[in-house]
Amino acid sequence: MDAYFYTMRIMYVLVLILMVSCKNETSGNAKVTDEGEKEAVVMPTLEVYDFEGLKPFLKTSSETVYVVNFWATWCAPCIKEMPYFEALNTNYKDKNVEVLLVSLDFPKKYDSHLKPFIKKNKLKSRVVVLNDPDSNTWIPEINPDWSGAIPATLIFSKDKRAFYEQPFTYEELETELQKFIN
Amino acid sequence: MNMIKGILTIAAIVMLSAFTTVRNGYKVGDIATDFNLKNIDGAQVSLADYKDAKGFIVIFTCNTCPYAISYEDRIIALNKKYAAQGYPVIAIMPNNPNMQPGDNFEAMQRRAQNKGFTFPYLIDEGQKIYPQYGATKTPQVYVLQKTSNGNQVKYIGAIDDNYQDATAVQTKYVENAVESLLAGQPIKTIQTRAIGCSIKS
Repeated sequence: MDAYFYTMRIMYVLVLILMVSCKNETSGNAKVTDEGEKEAVVMPTLEVYDFEGLKPFLKTSSETVYVVNFWATWCAPCIKEMPYFEALNTNYKDKNVEVLLVSLDFPKKYDSHLKPFIKKNKLKSRVVVLNDPDSNTWIPEINPDWSGAIPATLIFSKDKRAFYEQPFTYEELETELQKFIN
Repeated sequence: MNMIKGILTIAAIVMLSAFTTVRNGYKVGDIATDFNLKNIDGAQVSLADYKDAKGFIVIFTCNTCPYAISYEDRIIALNKKYAAQGYPVIAIMPNNPNMQPGDNFEAMQRRAQNKGFTFPYLIDEGQKIYPQYGATKTPQVYVLQKTSNGNQVKYIGAIDDNYQDATAVQTKYVENAVESLLAGQPIKTIQTRAIGCSIKS
């Protein structure tokens, strides 16, 4: 377990370094006039949904357990816990668990922040984007107790659901997940 | 026997921890606490200072949350429209600046100056006030009405129904609430929810 946290800490530092180097690169790029070089960078394409479009992702009739994390690139605690979700996705892949990262970034930040973030961090979990400004309508549908603060996480199987308006450590996340796979 | 005790203890701990995650805080109809918080000009501000106010638009907001930033101009507009009618905006920054340096007192002063805030922008030093209100995120609004019993909570939630685009708003929740109070009418929507940035403690 210690080794695990040590690895996580290294990963976190790497993410920070990546973020810093990303910033430097952007400011560096601003001075570069060669447009061709910029276009050569292939950015990920985004799956953007309104709440109606997201709904099918929030229920299942299969044996898979879904861990759905609501986040945004500007949300510091979300970024901090993201490696744990990524690790969960990797470690439980063969145990019928899927992690879904639902970004709440603003549309004007898709190209400048969200896509570069996904690319830089090489996110392995599926990322979808929820773009539905009428949050008063859909927040209670996701969970009646959700105040709307992020990070927030939903874990569900075909007959069980739990909602968490809190940040997670890897251990806490694993503990909650275990309740669904035993 | 010891094992049963152990299990009971664990059960008790689990139950207690479950209770602590339940949010307290105000519901519509509750009397909201007054406070004495430091404003960006260094003066202490309390609701009781506003002798002529009919009520307040208390907004927990900050410098750093994109949702709060998105609403800054609309918060300024709310104060411009309703301060003169007896419902001034009182902005409170609830984050712990040690966790969120972009929300420290100096940064608050700069932000208020740059944006031309015309309302108090108070720091919840020691984070004693936001938990009493039950605020969980920025921005979050509490519309209060002055009554003989104190300042009664009349509306809790979002400013309107579109955080992204002020021109695409369909329902202005806070304006509707204040207009109803001014007209002596019941408020149609007394509570709404919106995405926001968790308060950093």
